[in-house]
Amino acid sequence: MLDSVVFYIFAALAVISGILVVTRRNVVHSAIFLATALLSTAGIFLSLHAEFLFIVQIIVYTGGITVLYVFVIMLVNLDVALHQVQFNRQWLVALLLSIVLGAQVAAALALSRGSLYSMPVAPATQLEPNTEQVAWSLFHTYMLPFEVASVLLLVAMIGAVVMSKKRV
Amino acid sequence: MVPIGHYLFLSAALLGIGIVGVVTRRNVIIILMSVELILNAVNINLVAFSRLVGSVEGHIFAIFIITDAAAEAAVGLGIIIAFFRNRETVLGDEMDILKW
Repeated sequence: MLDSVVFYIFAALAVISGILVVTRRNVVHSAIFLATALLSTAGIFLSLHAEFLFIVQIIVYTGGITVLYVFVIMLVNLDVALHQVQFNRQWLVALLLSIVLGAQVAAALALSRGSLYSMPVAPATQLEPNTEQVAWSLFHTYMLPFEVASVLLLVAMIGAVVMSKKRV
Repeated sequence: MVPIGHYLFLSAALLGIGIVGVVTRRNVIIILMSVELILNAVNINLVAFSRLVGSVEGHIFAIFIITDAAAEAAVGLGIIIAFFRNRETVLGDEMDILKW
């Protein structure tokens, strides 16, 4: 019971702040609502027994990426852009894409309705202890992708430094 | 326990909002934020299915997606700063140097 109340509160929060991210005129407001959306996603992760991912989401996404966005907003002078038209003329494409996507998801859920809802949910104890299992899997089965991800982060760091240098 | 289908609906809703943001907004910073929303929706899907089958693999992939999102944000925002220094704009439809 408490489970579902928590889930629906966080889901409503995530969807509402997602809509506000897309529709606000001021970019700083968008960044703040992005932080809200990411935090409510962290709450949803917690309701799914993903404790490690919950912490990673808060530290990396909300603490790192959102602050990065706010820094860039401070570096970029947005006073001019604030008074210009915020939306382009592609709302028809967006509408079409959303309708197609929604129909696809609805069809998939309707087709799999029986199997998706009757499939037994695994007991939550299978995911415990969560951090230990994640570490075990990360450093045994997924060792190579882990190393590749570290190389990716190195490349991204060098790229960001080179991009934002004054004179190349 | 909330049925898994509701998690999928939430994920699809966030994905739709992100797509609408990417397609309709002119400000490049908000386009990047919408991409973050899309990646987040994918993460919800992965973790929900991970809960359904009782395996931790989905969490691993979600961690990799978070790594990707961090790299993408760093490089994308670096590009935005470099572009703003040259052209004094952050609007996506004015970034047309390669068009002819």
